[in-house]
Amino acid sequence: MQEVLFSLTWLIPLFPLLAFFAIILFTGRSRHLSHGVAIGAIALSWALGWAVAFCAFCTPYLEENVIHWAIPWFPTGTTTFPIGIYVDPLTAVALFMVPFVCLMIFVYSVGYMHGDPRYTRFFAYISLFAAGMLGLVVSENLLTLFISWEVMGLCSYLLIGFWYEKESAYRAGLKAFIVTKIGDAFFLLGILYLYSQTGSLSYGVIFSERVLHTLAEHTVTLPLLGTWTVASLIALLIFGGTVGKSAQFPLHVWLPDAMEGPTPVSALIHAATMVSAGIFLLARIFPLLSVVEPGTPTLGVIAFIGAFTAIFASVIAVAQDDIKRVLAFSTISQLGYMVAALGIGGYVAAVFHLITHAFFKALLFLGSGSVIIGCHHEMNMKAMGGLRHKMPITFWTFVTGGLALSGFPLMTSGFWSKDEILAHAWHEFTRQGIVSWPFFVWLMLTLAAGLTAFYTARQICLTFLGQPRSHQAEHAHESPWTMTIPLVMLAFFAIFLGFAGVPEEFPLLGSLFGHNWLHHFAGGELPATPLSWPVMGLSSALALGGLGLGWLVYGRKPLLAGQMDPLERAMRQRGLGWLYQAARRRFYFDELYQVTIVRFVIQLSRMCYHFDKHWVAAPLVNLVGRVTRLAADVSAAFDRVVIDGLVNLSGRAGIALSTLSRWTDDVIVDGVVNGLGRATGALGRALRPIQTGKVQNYLLVAMMTIMALAGLYIFYH
Amino acid sequence: MGTNVLSIITFAPLLGALIILFIPREKENWIRWWAIAISLVPLGLAFFVYSQVRNAPGQMWFQETYEWVPAISVYYRLGVDGISVVMLVLTALLSTLSYFYSAFTIKERVKEYYFLFLLLETGMFGVFVSLDLILFYVFWEIGLVPMYLLIGVWGGERRIYAAIKFFLYTLVGSVALLLAILGVHFQTGTFSILEAGAAHPFADNFSLAALAFWGFFLGFAIKVPSFPFHTWLPDAHTEAPTAGSVVLAGVLLKLGAYGFIRIVLPFFPQVFSFYANNVPIIPILAVISIVYGALVCMAQWDLKRLIAYSSVSHMGYVMLGVSAAAASLTLGDGNGALNTSAIMALNGAALQMFTHGIITGGLFFLVGIIYERAHTRDLRAFGGLASKVPYYYGIMMVTGFASWGLPGLAGFWSEFFVFRGAFRIIPIFTCIGIMGVVLTAAYILWKIVQHMFLGEFSQAKWDEQTHHSSLFDMTWWEKGTMWPLVVIMVLVGLYPSIIVALLNGAMTALLESF
Repeated sequence: MQEVLFSLTWLIPLFPLLAFFAIILFTGRSRHLSHGVAIGAIALSWALGWAVAFCAFCTPYLEENVIHWAIPWFPTGTTTFPIGIYVDPLTAVALFMVPFVCLMIFVYSVGYMHGDPRYTRFFAYISLFAAGMLGLVVSENLLTLFISWEVMGLCSYLLIGFWYEKESAYRAGLKAFIVTKIGDAFFLLGILYLYSQTGSLSYGVIFSERVLHTLAEHTVTLPLLGTWTVASLIALLIFGGTVGKSAQFPLHVWLPDAMEGPTPVSALIHAATMVSAGIFLLARIFPLLSVVEPGTPTLGVIAFIGAFTAIFASVIAVAQDDIKRVLAFSTISQLGYMVAALGIGGYVAAVFHLITHAFFKALLFLGSGSVIIGCHHEMNMKAMGGLRHKMPITFWTFVTGGLALSGFPLMTSGFWSKDEILAHAWHEFTRQGIVSWPFFVWLMLTLAAGLTAFYTARQICLTFLGQPRSHQAEHAHESPWTMTIPLVMLAFFAIFLGFAGVPEEFPLLGSLFGHNWLHHFAGGELPATPLSWPVMGLSSALALGGLGLGWLVYGRKPLLAGQMDPLERAMRQRGLGWLYQAARRRFYFDELYQVTIVRFVIQLSRMCYHFDKHWVAAPLVNLVGRVTRLAADVSAAFDRVVIDGLVNLSGRAGIALSTLSRWTDDVIVDGVVNGLGRATGALGRALRPIQTGKVQNYLLVAMMTIMALAGLYIFYH
Repeated sequence: MGTNVLSIITFAPLLGALIILFIPREKENWIRWWAIAISLVPLGLAFFVYSQVRNAPGQMWFQETYEWVPAISVYYRLGVDGISVVMLVLTALLSTLSYFYSAFTIKERVKEYYFLFLLLETGMFGVFVSLDLILFYVFWEIGLVPMYLLIGVWGGERRIYAAIKFFLYTLVGSVALLLAILGVHFQTGTFSILEAGAAHPFADNFSLAALAFWGFFLGFAIKVPSFPFHTWLPDAHTEAPTAGSVVLAGVLLKLGAYGFIRIVLPFFPQVFSFYANNVPIIPILAVISIVYGALVCMAQWDLKRLIAYSSVSHMGYVMLGVSAAAASLTLGDGNGALNTSAIMALNGAALQMFTHGIITGGLFFLVGIIYERAHTRDLRAFGGLASKVPYYYGIMMVTGFASWGLPGLAGFWSEFFVFRGAFRIIPIFTCIGIMGVVLTAAYILWKIVQHMFLGEFSQAKWDEQTHHSSLFDMTWWEKGTMWPLVVIMVLVGLYPSIIVALLNGAMTALLESF
């Protein structure tokens, strides 16, 4: 039974892929048929995905007996490259999360996209998106992972720019595509490097002990960058892909703009699929990271970027007014947690947070979408307020998601997963000392935890509490069941999922919920992160403190229409208004890139074009052409004057000569000839009389001749 | 027919052209459908040959050898292996589609047009099936005149300039090529490509070998075209009629690349390797072509010229792959990894020849389709077409993303194989080449897709820019032209083996012969 199920894993990404083709090619005209096909396909994927996942959960020692199945795909010299599936604990956990969240989002989209003119195309695109993510999850090798990765990139482009009549929308789509492409170029380089070093990209080969050992042994010296082990260089290059896809600093700029897409897309991108893919990749290559010795910069870079992104994005989130942009920066920040965790070796913690975050962030996005629809496409939180009673289901589910995001102690999944990351950092830093990456990570993430709670409280208060601050909020209404049911389902997981990873030592809960089940399943031989009371206490305090402070600032005395943000007012009073402004403007990174990189590339392309067309290449060719023509003209002139002259001269000479010869001809040659002729004629005429025809005359002549000859003979002798 | 199938493929279009001479000028539809019909013969036979060669792509199939000019040991030698047959299929397919598309768009001098086009097809087939240098050269030249006339007679506004530029450029290359061929002949005593390759001409004299090498190089590099010999291309592609651009970009550029793989690499492995590795001129030219070509694309406003420059960029990948394979020849580290990389680089180069032909051919058709409506190719004149011509938008998206190299479509594989092979051998150039991928994404999505399709459609702007042309979605014959290409892009993208298996066999055999 299990065998059969596992052998069907390849169908999981295939269903939505076929749905995509079916909608594009056949059912595009019928709305009902199209969303039916899309939801049916993802539901099949979900059912099969959960079947496989639970089967995997029940398989003992899965990490040592990974399900692996492949067929040859194309030849590469003397070997062939395989395509296939790979089910290990990471795949299984992702298969639990991805298809379910996708299904929720698909159902939700039926309500959210209702009435859109390109409704069917939307379902086609999100089906392809889901196919990409599911393909990535079940991939057997890094190449099929990369292909799925890029297919998602395409879908994000199409979906962020879905309302392409809007300039901001299509620009955001382009930005997302190009920025992630920069990361992907590094990722591709990493793949190429790994492939050419090991001759394979299959996980079974590249993560085998022998290959990992070789990669860790070999070194390579780069100009300017010193000596690296091959493993650390490859890991860093592949991490470039994560930086782009998971919107880590400095390639984070695309993600906030990606809010231009329809809200289900935002949920899809920011929770279940696209950004998770970056973390999934990093978790996937964790064996490679674990052979990178701590001294090389790779792990430090990963830890630094993750931790810095976490704090950086949460600062920006505090100053955003757009309901979805707050969530966008919160996503960037939470992804930073996971990246930092992987950078300091917290594999299980990162995977745990990846899964819980997917659920509660999908919930928050879908909740914000419900708010946006309820408020007739108003997105500015300053224009909301008082929605609590108008949209009760949305309110309570959103609060659930918000509490999970801020890590509300004990009750929410976000608490357990975030705490595991912090505990891991704490544990590592107490082992390695204070001058170490884990300390930096712990410090930054702890500070970010406080900020997270604060901006979450701010968001909930501004959106739902107080009095409506605009006409739209006044007339808000609860969303239809297709939208609220997914919210409720996701809220359930946002609370209870965390119990899969409660530390074993935790009193009561630890033993109640399966002894840190997730660690035993996914962690394999990795030591479990020990429970750390100071960390848990501090993070609980920060979560509660942040929430409380947020409520004090925004909830106790709700904002009135047209009022300035209390935080901004407070900061201005202390001369820090510029900081608030800078955070609101995302620390000007977009502007910076615009005036540096973008402008540079465009100028360079213009210069190349001018080089080609106006300055060098074409003029050079034309010059050659002109020189050749000049040479031709000169030759022609030479021809005309000199050669023709000579020819003419010789011609004339010839003519003169021929004239002369003609005269000679006429006078002398002809004269002679004619003279001869005439002479002959005359002779003939003269002799004619003797031609009488009479024999006797001839005889007479003959006789006379003979006599004359005889006479001459006699005369001389 | 088994033994003479290559001759039939090659000369069927010529026969068709001769018959066209006897069809009255007024019977334009007869001429059109006759040309399409006759072109189905080589198309069908090319697929037949493909199905046979699949069995053992490393061998020479369907060889024919007849005396031609015995006095100077010139033979009529034909034969195909894995790479030639892929090129045959490409040529036959693009020719048939060109005839089909032209049947609805060419209204002037139909008789001459099809006569020349069929003549051109014979020339192209001939190059890919020749195994004799003189025969190769003759076919090489046969293609030149019809293309010159196709640009010069049916072309755009600056057609005369473009045609002459094309002709002179290629002629310079041809002269170099002929001299090099003669040089090889005097050294080896044969014109047979296989025998001369096995003999390694001038193997003991580097300077002479280098001289002959550069002769071939010039001849082929102009055709490819590699930077800095590319400036004929934007003009020729832009001015040529739609089908002319398709065949020019789709097939004629491949003649040069094919020459590198079929002739230069086996003839001069040492010299080629020297200039790819010790003094890496050729990979440098390749990456300049890639990056520079892509940058120039970004600055274009003429859609057709943009796609023309994208050919410069994309053919750079071919040169990168070939030079990587060449460089591997003297790097030999004794283990098979390098050899595998070299094979993959060549697979990628040859696959890029095929996919670029399909994709860029498709792009030029698409340019023609919009030009028929708008009578302008200025990207600034468009905008918001996505909702007005959704079918066209969809096809353009698939083709454009294939051109960028979206995984899952054909273009990805060739780039991936080239990069994968070259990375092991010439890593620095490969890293630079990968930058081209980002730039390609930029010019396709930003320049083409964004300027043409996205945003709000404004009827007033359209009317002003196009002088009140009517805008309608793709017609049945335009769809009929594009669908075969789109299907191939998706098919090769999902299952590259249908082409790569043939190339892999041929390239393995080629590299084993050293």
